[in-house]
Amino acid sequence: MGSLSDAPTPAVSISGLTCGYDVRPVLQDVTLSIAAGQFVGLVGPSGAGKTTLLRVLLGMVPRVSGAVHVLGTPVRHGPPAGIAYVPQLETVDWNFPVTVEEVVLMGRAMKTWPWPWPSQADRTHLHRILGRLGINNLARRHIRDLSGGQQQRVFLARALISEPRILLLDEPTSGVDVKTRDEVLHLLSDINGDGVTVVLTTHELNAVAAHLPQVVCINGGVVAHGDPDDVFTPDVLSRTYGADMQVVRQDGLLLVADIAPHRLRERLRHSHEHQHAATEPWHAHVHAHAVPAVTGSAPDGEP
Amino acid sequence: MPILEPLDYAFFRNGLVAATLAGALCGLLGVYIVLRGMSYIGHGLSHSVFGGAVVSYFIDWNFYIGAGLWGFLSAVLINATARGRRIGADAAIGIITTSSFAFGVALISRGRSFTRNFEAALFGNILGVTVTDLWVIGAVTAAVTAFVFFAYKQLLFLTFDPDVAPVYGVPAGWLDTGFALALAATIVASMQIVGVTLIAATIVIPPVTSRLLTDSFGRMLVWSAVLGAITGFMGMYLSYHLNVASGASIVLLGAAGFVAAYAYSSLRRRRMAGGAAGPAPRTATADLFD
Ligand SMILES: Nc1ncnc2c1ncn2[C@@H]1O[C@H](COP(=O)(O)OP(=O)(O)OP(=O)(O)O)[C@@H](O)[C@H]1O
Ligand SMILES: [Mg+2]
Repeated sequence: MGSLSDAPTPAVSISGLTCGYDVRPVLQDVTLSIAAGQFVGLVGPSGAGKTTLLRVLLGMVPRVSGAVHVLGTPVRHGPPAGIAYVPQLETVDWNFPVTVEEVVLMGRAMKTWPWPWPSQADRTHLHRILGRLGINNLARRHIRDLSGGQQQRVFLARALISEPRILLLDEPTSGVDVKTRDEVLHLLSDINGDGVTVVLTTHELNAVAAHLPQVVCINGGVVAHGDPDDVFTPDVLSRTYGADMQVVRQDGLLLVADIAPHRLRERLRHSHEHQHAATEPWHAHVHAHAVPAVTGSAPDGEP
Repeated sequence: MPILEPLDYAFFRNGLVAATLAGALCGLLGVYIVLRGMSYIGHGLSHSVFGGAVVSYFIDWNFYIGAGLWGFLSAVLINATARGRRIGADAAIGIITTSSFAFGVALISRGRSFTRNFEAALFGNILGVTVTDLWVIGAVTAAVTAFVFFAYKQLLFLTFDPDVAPVYGVPAGWLDTGFALALAATIVASMQIVGVTLIAATIVIPPVTSRLLTDSFGRMLVWSAVLGAITGFMGMYLSYHLNVASGASIVLLGAAGFVAAYAYSSLRRRRMAGGAAGPAPRTATADLFD
């Protein structure tokens, strides 16, 4: 999976990037290349700059130095062509009066069709995309009357309808249940199979990142980049998260475990000697992808 | 016929047309304002425009040009301040518009010429609507409707998701400027009719009422403009028959419509929630007030 192969134009190529919103740099000295057709996960602790890196690719970060190229063209102010973005669902205003089809058609807002109502071509694309994502029957629903997975699909549909070559997703699997998460990941891998470069951010090391062909560990800069089998080592992970992490490998499966919760449990037990030691929550984050005997969790972001 | 009787008077006919157009116009733009969470902007901008009106009087400019320019600049300034994220939109509006209003008041108190014109600007003077005023509000209505019509898709995207819309190529800067211009024009044109003090209500009430009736943006826009026009039209009649100020009767009628829509949507929600099993259907009432 060498991203440095002499393949044609990389989808994303960043060199010597330092960026931020005010004087304080959020990312420093980032050099990163993502080959066209890749499927990459960005991981790192909260505030590491994952979202910021996506926004750099969209030309939405105010202070940028260094070179950023998307599909071979430099990103200056404003978004490059051929890129689509699915924001974190938490940023969406769910009370806004829009239906599913109204949201999805926003992805074609700039097509040359001056009238407020959708064109025939808009309708054709709408039904094709909705059908593909399995939400055709929801077109007239208000966006709030949907499940988390359906909501994620709606915003994915808005991105896909613009026919992007690069798809950026900010935490597409946060806040959904396990089944929905796997469905979303399968959809994304189908889309990737069509040749679209997919870049997503995630807090779920075991459930998401470990299954992707490539990950980038971020903490104020790029700590490591490559196949998760090579990248997820205790050393890289502790440099990324600033916490001790263990990596368990068995039968080709990889499980990253954070040992901090155990320490915390110990402390809580001590300070609550006389109360019921309610320890179960600390097991709740373990994803059943590997050895059941291992307790602990990835530093999943969900509360 | 008591219904037709007031139509014998030219001043009433002018006022009726002006109130209907102003109602539709404020209802239309109000949708975007309410959904952006800038309800206060109508109130603020009209005060700001008052400052501009006073200035243009003193330097002997045409009211529409002076006040319109002033309002546009305030709207652009508010937008820029609010987008900077350091200061919230409400605070930005508060600072810019009250100081502009205070500037107008200061000028008047120095000149001591608090004429009928200013009184009209403050409280509305529907009976003094001239043919020129009608032309102005007609032109503004046509221009703003065209703007909202042809920028419909882009404005919707930008209002719903101001962060992401530019990613898809929506020209946020131009649209914001166009919107500020439309808003300033709307306020200047409507000020003579409803008055500075009540303009915020005509901008906020119709969209909020129509939000209770639909979950679709397109329908909310149409409903809001129609409701605005109806309250303007009927408010004028009420004002004539009950002998109250037209601005007040228009706003009170709008408020009554809101209460009716609120009662209707709560009733509907309760009936549906009490009925079939399954997830309780959610109406907009819950959205706005929870
Ligand atoms: N619009 C903004 N203005 C100023 N600072 C910002 C802005 N957005 C993010 N930051 C700062 O940049 C840093 C990186 O934020 P970013 O959102 O990229 O982190 P993240 O890795 O996506 O975190 P999370 O996992 O919590 O989403 C944070 O310290 C944050 O405070
Ligand atoms: Mg983030």
